[in-house]
Amino acid sequence: MSAGSTVARRNPFGRALLYAVLLAFAVLYLMPLYVMLVTSFKPLEEIHQGNMLALPETWTFAPWREAWGSACIGLECSGVHGYFFNSIKIVVPAVLISGLLGAFNGYVLTKWRFRGHKIVFGLILFSCFIPFQIILLPMARVLGILHIANSTTGLVLVHVVYGIGFTTLFFRNFYESFPDELVRAAKLDGAGFFTIFFRILLPASIPIIVVTIIWQFTNVWNDFLFGVSFTSGDSAPITVALNNLVNSSTGVKAYNVNMAAAMVAAVPTLIVYILAGKYFLRGLMSGSVKG
Amino acid sequence: MSTSPSSRGIGDRLQHWLPRLVLSPSFVLVLFFVYGFILWTTWISFSNSGMLPDYTWAGTRQWSRLWSSWTWGIALHNIWVFGLLYIVICTVLGLLLAILLDQRIRAEGTLRTIYLYPMALSFIVTGTAWQWFLNPGLGLERTMHSLGWESFSFNWLIDAKMAIYTVVIAAVWQATGFIMAMFLAGLRGIDGEMIKAAQIDGAPTWKIYGRIIIPQLRPVFLSAIVVLAHLAIKSFDLIVAMTGGGPGNATAVPATFMYSYAFSRNEMGIAAASAVFMLAVIAALIIPYLYSELREPRS
Repeated sequence: MSAGSTVARRNPFGRALLYAVLLAFAVLYLMPLYVMLVTSFKPLEEIHQGNMLALPETWTFAPWREAWGSACIGLECSGVHGYFFNSIKIVVPAVLISGLLGAFNGYVLTKWRFRGHKIVFGLILFSCFIPFQIILLPMARVLGILHIANSTTGLVLVHVVYGIGFTTLFFRNFYESFPDELVRAAKLDGAGFFTIFFRILLPASIPIIVVTIIWQFTNVWNDFLFGVSFTSGDSAPITVALNNLVNSSTGVKAYNVNMAAAMVAAVPTLIVYILAGKYFLRGLMSGSVKG
Repeated sequence: MSTSPSSRGIGDRLQHWLPRLVLSPSFVLVLFFVYGFILWTTWISFSNSGMLPDYTWAGTRQWSRLWSSWTWGIALHNIWVFGLLYIVICTVLGLLLAILLDQRIRAEGTLRTIYLYPMALSFIVTGTAWQWFLNPGLGLERTMHSLGWESFSFNWLIDAKMAIYTVVIAAVWQATGFIMAMFLAGLRGIDGEMIKAAQIDGAPTWKIYGRIIIPQLRPVFLSAIVVLAHLAIKSFDLIVAMTGGGPGNATAVPATFMYSYAFSRNEMGIAAASAVFMLAVIAALIIPYLYSELREPRS
């Protein structure tokens, strides 16, 4: 309920103004994406001549083909596709492992509480908020000692560790509102720790599982700091490859190829967002407003 | 026949310890990789480490080198300018959009999706897009010229005095939708009774918002500011992608400072000290917030 119900309803001029302002903002928000898209389909000459808002006069897929398969990143000229698959190799295990750990943590922290459970949760939760600069130097050292420096495996470990805070937060908040009576009744019937989790809680957890997967997927996919700090060469994720491609100083800048590569890096999270936007929104809010 | 006390004891003990056992891998990981690393980095900041780690105690040598560094001064100044503008503009614009969207708008879902989508994109992608958009000579400037506005000029990206503001523009674009979503959730959670009463009394809409609704959004303001401050202090990707910290050091912030001292200038000690400082600022902000969030009984 809000004041919205009557505001400006009586006033058609105010109503039109309201829509005009909202539409103007929508155009503003869509502009960069639109410019990226049209630029990625233009030949380079057209970019140098014309206006960036105009649609391509001659459409070309060449920038996309080049970005995917033959653009030079460093000394290697095979496009971003290898780095794209690196990101997939990192995202899938990192999301699954951190999600599973978070689900168990949330379950324990709400349904099997022990003395000091709040402190444990507080300590885990704080890890969501640390600036990652504080862990870069020791982590580089530890990855070296474990012989997983400069590998996608190393990045999986990093993302699992620093994903636990958020996944635990999501599941803990979700299970907090799950009726304790059901769990208590199952305990009285002699059901054990895992039986209760897999038979009672997990089937009811689909919404929060979706939220956690979307959140972790976008966070891990979009990561740049860990990728650039702990990998180099052909083990880097797509974000690092994109940055190297765009900010390399050699040769003529192929803006159309850069924009196509940026679209390649953006497409997975955009798809997830469009398909599951409603859950995404709900997840963002449960993660930040509820604490 | 009853079960023997000893076997029941084992089962019970297992049931008693199992939950803690399941939680322990995560807890150990967090203790080591978060708190252990915090101590480790703090130790480096008091050591002689330069290009190579060297754990001999050096007192506050690295810290005084940090504070006498000219670049660090720029980085602190920039994060202050950037952070303040970013927090204020995102909060005001986010609240405004939320209030506008809350007026029973026909296409609310679509508009919300449009405002929020930048949040799903990587900072590297959006930084790349904005770098192109604001490119002096080819982007906005060129477009305005070709539309007939010949005298239009926009070269903030390469102007040392203005470059930090281009980062603010991109960062605001990225996060406003998220703040709007938080405020929208807050608006939807407000009790309607007082609003109805005020409406019956004939209070004008702006008064209802100013006197009744916005004051009730205090917790959302707090959350929004904490989230934004935290994002601002961590900002790294966007700056790397948009300006690379340049021109010169014009858009350096603590996060880019730390990275360059750690990985390209081989000054681990100074890098560690700057990281500890960043953590201290965030902790001063987040710990009281988390404490108040966790202490209150949940409604």
